[in-house]
Order: sequence, then structure tokens, then C-alpha cells
Amino acid sequence: MSLQGELRLQVGGFVLDTGPFTVPLQGVTVLFGPSGCGKTTLLRAIAGLEKDVQGRLSFAGQHWLDAGRAVRAVDRRVGFVFQGAALFPHLNVEQNLAYAQRRSGGTVAERNAVVERVGIQPLLRRSVAQLSGGEAQRVAIGRALLTKPQLLCLDEPLSGLDWQARDALLDLVDELAHESALPILYVTHSAAEVERLASRVAFMQQGRIVAVESFQHALSQPRSPLFEQDGPTTVFEGHQERGEREDLRCFVTHSGLRILLPPLAAEQRGGTRSRLRILARDVGVALQPLDGISIQNQIPARIITLEPYRFGRVLLSLETEPGDRLYSEITQLSAERLALAPGQTVYALVKSVALIR
Amino acid sequence: MSALSTLDWLALALTAQVAATTTLALLLLSTPLAWAIVRMRSRLRVVIEAAVALPLVLPPTVLGFYLLILMNPEGALTQALRALGFDGQLSFGFSGLVLASVIYSLPFAVQPLVHAFEAVPRNLLDAATTLGAGRWDRFRSVVIPLSRRGFLTAATLSFAHTVGEFGVVLMVGGNIPGSTQMVSIAIYDHVEALEYSQAHGLSLVMLIFAMVVLSAVYAINRRLVVRP
Repeated sequence: MSLQGELRLQVGGFVLDTGPFTVPLQGVTVLFGPSGCGKTTLLRAIAGLEKDVQGRLSFAGQHWLDAGRAVRAVDRRVGFVFQGAALFPHLNVEQNLAYAQRRSGGTVAERNAVVERVGIQPLLRRSVAQLSGGEAQRVAIGRALLTKPQLLCLDEPLSGLDWQARDALLDLVDELAHESALPILYVTHSAAEVERLASRVAFMQQGRIVAVESFQHALSQPRSPLFEQDGPTTVFEGHQERGEREDLRCFVTHSGLRILLPPLAAEQRGGTRSRLRILARDVGVALQPLDGISIQNQIPARIITLEPYRFGRVLLSLETEPGDRLYSEITQLSAERLALAPGQTVYALVKSVALIR
Repeated sequence: MSALSTLDWLALALTAQVAATTTLALLLLSTPLAWAIVRMRSRLRVVIEAAVALPLVLPPTVLGFYLLILMNPEGALTQALRALGFDGQLSFGFSGLVLASVIYSLPFAVQPLVHAFEAVPRNLLDAATTLGAGRWDRFRSVVIPLSRRGFLTAATLSFAHTVGEFGVVLMVGGNIPGSTQMVSIAIYDHVEALEYSQAHGLSLVMLIFAMVVLSAVYAINRRLVVRP
């Protein structure tokens, strides 16, 4: 089950020429790339919203575009959440939802279920103009779900929202992806959204799909475009457990590595499918475990690679005992003084972690 | 009002009838025309828009003159209509007045609709598409409701412009009292004949009517505002 194709399209002076691509239809695939690289255009072409698209496209064996014959957008059953929500201003919230539900032959009971799911019960009688940005996107997601889509596309749904609204919507998208088999294509230029949501990442550059990689594989590339803003980052997937002390919680990765969590972070999220984010620059190394230091997470690890990074710094790729990878960014000077070399065992000192899911 | 003669009342009735019919015909004609103009990508759009705007620029007598020739009882248009079962005459009759008014007022209906249609955000149409609405469904369920003020403006301007028309209806209708004489011409005739009391009567009726209609239109217009 995959979305396969190769699309070419010219819009004004911009040329989209994806090259051949295959995207598995499972979980959240994030289309990631700088502004103007053609993410939105690609998403619209997949949904059938662009005219004069050349090439081929098939969705789970259905030929959506083949030899100049295109399946109409209406017949593709792609749910689409637009930047800015695109709710109908002449209809209230409930009528916006009914618009989609009637045209997909759904029942009122199904509509109520979606209303419940996306949490917009109190908004139903409101006019669209009275919604906050976050509320409008929630309604837009509900409306898209009511088309009974076989694919859900979200085009930068968080742009222009405050952080609380972003946080809540990211949770919603993540939950939707997890609890249903609905594949999601999500466009963003924010690495933070990728780290929070992605099952895999499709990297785009100047109208081309450069690579489609699993999330962990994308993170294993020190030069990944994901790291342009915050530098290399480790994201562990796992769950939370009670720590040795009653008041402290612990993050346990899939391979069993335990990391102590600061109390506040643990309170914010309690999921069983958590993600923990550690910036390489927040990880130092020591040759032996240290006493008399505030840093509690001291993880024994082996140096796999050691390479010069930017600004006179060195990036260490560490492998922890159970087999997790962890980045550490230190200065060239430190690396020389400690005489670090691949194969050596060190203690990774993790100064700060963030539970992002 | 006793100053008004039967012929005056007939002129009022005819004017109302012509204006109403013209407005209805214009809305039916202009809606697809305006939509076609908005969707048109080719350079032909400029030519079509210019053609629609012609009546704004041409002296009504020029338009009336051409229309009169077009409506010649022995001409191609009348003959073609006869073949379709029309048994009257276009010039100096009701159908001719309506046809002339439709052409003369065309820009007053088309332009507000073009502006209204163009103001419908493209992403709302895309949204409707992804929600399963086909071409006609999108037009009916998104474009028309969001263009309500455009329709109101188009209808008001068409009606008002037809009521106030002089040159064209004079040329095409021929100013036959009780048959093709419209109010504007009747008032002119009264003034020419120094029948000021009748001119006063008709003018007052028109003034009050215009004020009432415009007030109603503005009141409705306020209620139709859709905040994006």
C-alpha cells in the first residue's frame, strides 16, 4: 500500500518536477522543505486541485493520473485541511460540517462522532467569524474527516497559531494518525513539527522530492535539513515509567535506555507513546561518571563517529548500552583535550531534555 | 394624484413591467456570462469585457439606432424569431423594449457580478471540491451565497437603469402613448406641452418610488454582509 508517482507541473514561473517517489500509506508522512520549494503545490497536485499535471500517480493501486488521464479531485476522496482552514463564511460551524457529511453520504450519527472526536461540540452554533485560529483548524479537520477520506492532507495547518493552539492541534493530528488507519500527508517547514509527528519524512528542494526516509533514518544523518535551525537532535521514542523515587518519572526508550525526567516535563504529557528530544548541544561527555554535579542523566556510551561540524565544533555519534544513538556536540578543543576517538567509552552528560509527545 | 391621466398610469405600469422583465432576463443572462468572464484565462476576456461595457460609452441614440435596424420586421432577427413561433414585431413593441433594455443595461448587471465572483476566495472553491462538490454544486453552494450582495446590486442597477432609460426606448419603442410610452418620455412630453401638474405628479411618483426602493436595498445589503 503506497502512494507512488512522478509529477510535473508548471505554475507561473515555478516548476514542480518531483522525480519518482514512493510513500508508504501508513502513519504521518511529513513533506518538509524550505518555503517556496513546492510542498503545497505537490500536496494540491496529489489531491487533484492543480490543473495540467503531467506524469503519473497511483494511490494504493488506484490510478489517479496515468497517460494524461486524471481522476477528478472529487473522486479521489482526499480530505484536505487548508492553511487558514478555508471554512465557508456563509455557513456556521455545524453547517460547514453538514456540507461535507451530506456529500459523502454520511449520517448525522457519524457527524456527531466526528464532532466528539475533534472536540468541537461547544462551537457548533458559532459563526465561522467567531472562531479562533485553532478552533477553525479543528473544525476544518473535522470537516475533512467527514468526507470519509482515504488520505488526509494537511497544508501547514499551524501557521499563524499561538503555541497552545499548535500544541493541542499537534496532539489531535498525532492521535488521529495513531487510532485510525488513515494515512496523513503533512506539509511543514518546521523541524519541531516533524519531530513531534513524523513516521517518515519526504524532503523537498526546489520542486523535487530529494528523499523519502523513515523518521529515525532521517535523524541519523548529521547533515539532515531537519537540523538547520537547532543543530543535530536526538529524538527517542518510548514510554514513561515511575522512577526510583515516587516523585520522579523516567523515560524508557524502546531499547530500554532509562532517562530521568524533570518533574514538570513529566506532568505535561503522560502518553504511552512518548517522544523525548535532546539537542546535541545539550549533551557533553566525560571520561568517567561524575559526582558532585547537578546533571543526573549520565549515560555510558561508545563513540561511533567523531566528525568536525560547524563553527569549530565536533559532532559525536554515541551508541548507548542498549543500542540507542545519541548526538553530542562539543568544541574541537574539548575533543582534543579528552583525546576522544571512535570506539572509546565515555559518559554522556545530558543537560536538558524535552518531552515533545 | 388626480393629475395623472389613464395614459400616465399606463406609462407607469409599462415602465414597471419592462424594468421587471429586463431585470429578470439580465440576471439569468449575466450570471453565466459573468462567471465565464471570471473563469476565462485567454485574452478573449478583454474583448468580451469591452463589448459588455459598450453601452456605458455609446450615446443611447447610437445604440437605439443600431437596435432599430436590427429589429427591422423584415430583418434576419425578426425572421429568425418568427421561425421559432414569435408572431409580433420587435420594434415599437414590448419585446423590443425589453430586448433593447437588456442590451443597454447589460454592463450594470454583469460588472457587479464579475466583481462579486472574483471576490470569492479560490481556496473556498478548492475546499468545496475536496468536500465532494462538483462544478455546479460549487457554484450553487459557495459562489452564489457569497455573491448575494453582487446579485442585489446587479438587480437594483438593472432595474433603476431601465426605469431611467430615455434615448434607447424612445428610438426602439417609438413613444406610442398607452403602448410603448415609458414614464421618462411621458414626463418629457408633459413638460413640452406645458402640462406641469402631470409632470409633477409622475415625477413625484418616481421620486418616492426610487427612495423607497433604495432604502430597502441598503437595508438588505447590510444584512447580507458575510464576514470572512
